[in-house]
Amino acid sequence: MNGADAIVKCLEKEKVEVLFGYPGVAIAPFYNSLLSSDIQKILIRTEQNAAHCASGYARISGKPGVCVVTSGPGATNLITGIATAFADSIPLVAITGQVNSAMIGSDVFQEADITGAVESFVKYSYLVRDVNDIPRIFKEAFFIANSGRKGPVLIDIPIDIQQKTINNFKYPDSITMRTYKPTVDGNAAQIRKVIKVVEKSERPIMCVGGGVLLADAKDIIRDFAKKYQIPVVSTMMGLGAMDSENPLYYGMVGNNGRFFANKALDRSDLVLMVGARVADRAVNRPDMITENKILVHIDVDPAEIGKNVGPTIPLVGDIKRIFGQITENEITVKDHTDWINELNEEKKAHPDNRPVIGDEYVDSKIFLNKLSSKMENDAIYIADVGQNQIWATAFFNIKENQRFMTSGGMGTMGYSIPAGIGAKLADGKKQVVVGCGDGAFQMSMMELATMNQFEVPVKIIVFRNNYLGMVREYQHYTWQDHYSMVDIAGKPDLSYIAKAYDMRYIKLDGRKDMEESIDDFLKNDDSVLMEVIVDPMDLAKA
Amino acid sequence: MKKIYSVLVENRTGVLSKVAGLFARRSFNIDSLAVGETEDKAVSRMTIVSSGDKCVLEQVEKQLNKKLDVIKVKTFDEFDSISRELMLIKVKYNKNNRRDIMENCEIMHAQIVDMSKSYMMIQICDVPERVQLLLSMLRGISIAEVARTGTLALTKCIENEK
Repeated sequence: MNGADAIVKCLEKEKVEVLFGYPGVAIAPFYNSLLSSDIQKILIRTEQNAAHCASGYARISGKPGVCVVTSGPGATNLITGIATAFADSIPLVAITGQVNSAMIGSDVFQEADITGAVESFVKYSYLVRDVNDIPRIFKEAFFIANSGRKGPVLIDIPIDIQQKTINNFKYPDSITMRTYKPTVDGNAAQIRKVIKVVEKSERPIMCVGGGVLLADAKDIIRDFAKKYQIPVVSTMMGLGAMDSENPLYYGMVGNNGRFFANKALDRSDLVLMVGARVADRAVNRPDMITENKILVHIDVDPAEIGKNVGPTIPLVGDIKRIFGQITENEITVKDHTDWINELNEEKKAHPDNRPVIGDEYVDSKIFLNKLSSKMENDAIYIADVGQNQIWATAFFNIKENQRFMTSGGMGTMGYSIPAGIGAKLADGKKQVVVGCGDGAFQMSMMELATMNQFEVPVKIIVFRNNYLGMVREYQHYTWQDHYSMVDIAGKPDLSYIAKAYDMRYIKLDGRKDMEESIDDFLKNDDSVLMEVIVDPMDLAKA
Repeated sequence: MKKIYSVLVENRTGVLSKVAGLFARRSFNIDSLAVGETEDKAVSRMTIVSSGDKCVLEQVEKQLNKKLDVIKVKTFDEFDSISRELMLIKVKYNKNNRRDIMENCEIMHAQIVDMSKSYMMIQICDVPERVQLLLSMLRGISIAEVARTGTLALTKCIENEK
């Protein structure tokens, strides 16, 4: 058995079902060994998308996504994908080939210091120097990626190490790392303090973030909110933790969020910040959030607590476990009816008054409303980055068992299509719909070939306005329509693109019947490309 | 505000760069940094002095703790600890100031450890403030080169310490 065989064995031991990759000389021994394995191999079309695919896979399967690429340019191409996963705490194990150990540092062909390059956006990285370390390193990598605050781990493996013989392969049963012990249980004294303030509060609110979904805690959070009648708002990464129609749900906070959601946060006397890092786009004046109120910050990562805002009560641990601990107690809360009525009044007083866009264009709000109501009850919607993303956060109504995913932290254009491929491979029974703008589509459309080759049916919506709309909107507001570098008019003709990749093609503009087109788009479990013509002045911030 | 971080790390390649990179990326100050092996060859101790407001200094500790090569972070200020810094100073001297320099060294308990016709090398090992004091006393004459270790510190000896 050589190093490459050992890597394959490790992946099998970790029950890896699928990996996303792109070969090259420095990773060739691994791909040679992989041939005899049952692990599904998805050859993507550019390395960045291997990481995005793995990210989509991880978010649906709950297991680390695996991507494997070669040294040098293969590895550097992966970086944006790794950084994207890091920003949203998505567990990945990224494997890169490296030049011969003896050559490292001499700038040979296709050599890049990848562990150095990714240092600030991986949870951890390894450069394998001894073939016998492979089992331990893989065991650690999978554990690190998917525990505590999740994130990407990179393993860089020189080609000679892949070819060396390994003496007696033994996959460790357990981990012994003196430097890594993530906190799971919440501190009992802190939990008592939290219960006390919850009991005292007259105007509590819970703000849920992506950590709730990562901890698989949405059920316990919904139950908690319902049982104690606590209103909930969400960050962008937390969307879907609460179903949109939930009577206790008041929408997304932040500069792209709902007015009444921000107001609700503002007027509360107690904020339970759960799995949210109080990032700049969610809370633009973190210092204000503690004014006249108690802030309880619950997160698995102690460094997030107090980073942007000083909490009154910090509580570190796994969210699901912590809410399990909290609800073991007898809790008597005050009557929140007045508070909830006040929020409902506020919500009613601020309906979304966007003028309906008619004639030749499709109104994004009506379209996303209709699309979400027609999608299957357990479907997955992936929003790319840009205006389409902001529309989706506001107008896509997420049902109880649906998932909503997007690149929230990094805002990486071109995320949605590869993430959709990964999501579909994680759960083939689920309907996967991705929505992107015409800019992001052109950053990732090479993966239509991957969908076709490996028969991964993903339904793609391209919101087309022939502009890089989000930046154009920014220029509209900030530089009074002084548009620069945002016109991507004309090409390509998407009907030809669809044809080139054997996809069904649907074009929807304002003159066509929207319902009919959406039904046509959603029927069958197949790959469809739907081009939706939207108004360049259909703004995200109307 | 100043704080001393005594950081035990895995003695592996790349760890220094990871820790230094963390400070650079998050715009934390490094006032001084000293690294060396401990009694356990697999473990190094980094003594880092950083400055900033309370919030920043707390983040420094938390972010250090997040690094997977960091075994333990102890923080303390100068009152809880004994700290020392070693400095070597090479100065150019002449007949007129030779006496002065030697007197200064005597007052500061610094030693002259090497000498040539026109240069002498002074060594001082003391608390960082006094090291700084000697340096400023010698500023008036021509200093050729200075090398400093940065602060080393351990918490004071207390019984029943783990």
